[in-house]
Amino acid sequence: MSLLEIRDYRLAFDTFDGTLHVLDGIDLSLEAGETLGIVGETGCGKSVLARSLLRLNEAPPARVVSGAILFEGQDVLSLPEKAMRRLRGRRIAMVFQDPASYLNPLLAIGTQMEDAIRGQEAALGQARRPHRAIRSQAAELLASVGLAEPQRLLASHPHQLSGGMRQRVLIAMALAGSPTLLVADEPTTALDVTVQAQVLALIAGLVAERGLALMLISHDLGVVAASCARVAVMYAGTVVEEASTAQLLANPRHPYAQGLIAAVPDLDNPAHKPRGIPGSIPNLMTPPTGCRFHPRCALASEICCSIKPALREIAPAHGVACHHATP
Amino acid sequence: MTVPLLDATGLVKTYALPRTAFQPARRLTAVAHVDLSLARGATLGLVGESGCGKSTLARLLLRLTPPSAGRIVFDDQDITNLAEASLRPLRRRLQLVHQNPSAALDPRLTAAAAVAEPLVVQRLARGTELSDRVAQLFAEVGLGPEFLRRYPHELSGGQKQRVCIARALAPEPQLLVLDEPTSALDVSVQAQILDMLAELRARRGLTYLFISHNLAVVRQVCAEVAVMYLGRIVEQGSAEQVLGAPRHPYTQALLASVPRLTAGAVPPATPSEPPNPAALPSGCTFHPRCRRAELSCHTGNPPPLVEGLACPPVALSICQTRA
Repeated sequence: MSLLEIRDYRLAFDTFDGTLHVLDGIDLSLEAGETLGIVGETGCGKSVLARSLLRLNEAPPARVVSGAILFEGQDVLSLPEKAMRRLRGRRIAMVFQDPASYLNPLLAIGTQMEDAIRGQEAALGQARRPHRAIRSQAAELLASVGLAEPQRLLASHPHQLSGGMRQRVLIAMALAGSPTLLVADEPTTALDVTVQAQVLALIAGLVAERGLALMLISHDLGVVAASCARVAVMYAGTVVEEASTAQLLANPRHPYAQGLIAAVPDLDNPAHKPRGIPGSIPNLMTPPTGCRFHPRCALASEICCSIKPALREIAPAHGVACHHATP
Repeated sequence: MTVPLLDATGLVKTYALPRTAFQPARRLTAVAHVDLSLARGATLGLVGESGCGKSTLARLLLRLTPPSAGRIVFDDQDITNLAEASLRPLRRRLQLVHQNPSAALDPRLTAAAAVAEPLVVQRLARGTELSDRVAQLFAEVGLGPEFLRRYPHELSGGQKQRVCIARALAPEPQLLVLDEPTSALDVSVQAQILDMLAELRARRGLTYLFISHNLAVVRQVCAEVAVMYLGRIVEQGSAEQVLGAPRHPYTQALLASVPRLTAGAVPPATPSEPPNPAALPSGCTFHPRCRRAELSCHTGNPPPLVEGLACPPVALSICQTRA
């Protein structure tokens, strides 16, 4: 049994203007201790997918159309709220893009860490531990994410911390419940490159030490390449290609994945001219029929306009959702 | 030697931070003694992390912010202390493209009205000539006539940025300051915009000051690069030299931190983060994070830029290897 299995998951958003078909038949799985990156451009549904794992998309407007998200065999989509609360943080923890907006500016870091730890305690129905024990656990967590002087940090407020430190604090909070799966949604996008490198190294270290499974969402192929063994490329609510990172970078098979990789400027090789992908992302209110990429695709033929390609394995552990992909 | 289009010497910008209940009044130096010169037709990339002063420097050069000290000469004319009224004709020749195209466009103006505005304000065109010029500018940035009457909310991010570029080009500037023009865009769109910028430059003989934190993009667009750290230029030279064979430890750290498209390659981490700009370290401001820092780096004034490098220990070792 996989740690996480997403089966034919479809999600729509009902708005006043109409229904947005945000996720269209997602199939993905993740084994314990595995690292999976999800890449795609703005609006491809990668964050919505990540939030679905913890049922964080507000419903309404979000509406599950079909599918299942099995985490350790349980369907997250049908769990009662109380069971869900035991899952959040304890089994699956999440780190978000903008660390500043996920910390309360008025409360000391220590207070917020304690809340996270106490929340885990309460969800599990454990006895309340004394304040001192909670405090020392908080300090240990801060130390484990490479923050110096945890005692002093517990007394400080978010504005006294740099962006990188705030993200470390949030990662420490995410670790409070000893999760088995860490979902990181653009964890380094708000950070500068030198700090990004530090946070990526921290995440890689935690994954190795604690045997965490990681799902990392990013628009930056480089970030995913650095942190994940496997990658899924998303376009307009569908997974178009899924392969090992090395395989995808060396031999992308879906025209969109090829375009995405060719569009990235190469710092070490300025002679490589990045190429854009013509056209723009579709309106998800009226998504293109068949393959959602067909209006921008050079290979598009009649079948692409009418039949949605399924994610097929064209090589071992290399899936491509394209009618024109051949083994 | 030909006269540079823009020449800035000893530019300084400090801001006064008010006294609060927790802190005494302080001064924050956003830009410290920067010399910068742009030849006609040059493409200079200004790179550095957030808060290093690159946007402030751009605003100083455009005289959108008055400098605290220093001198700015544009096309042989000292513009450091020009009054607002005498600056106006110059604004035509110096234009700015902002980072976030959604914020830079008025949601109540159609794309055509936005592009027409500078022409109207500068009294450069009216009537049918105005609409012709606007249509021509749209064609130049790759937007069809169907976009003329659209409002910003009916445009994608890339299309909005094209409108902003058309607006900046409208008064036929000589210098275009591009402040992170593609960082709000997806990579597939970024490549299109970079292509277009290269084409426009070739056609119109423009000079670019290109501000970005994305080193790979700068390498694509710019022939010259200046690296800023905490308000100072620490390394400057040809893109090939600065980004291909960096000498300053900060430039090296910056380049090494960029994740490459190689599976499993976690970039090496540089210790700690840029310090608070209001409480800078003594000596070389990079010394607390520098792996080559020597005792002499800890004290005195920050090292000046000598032959494109503000790092005496490295400069010395290069000299020694040459000798």
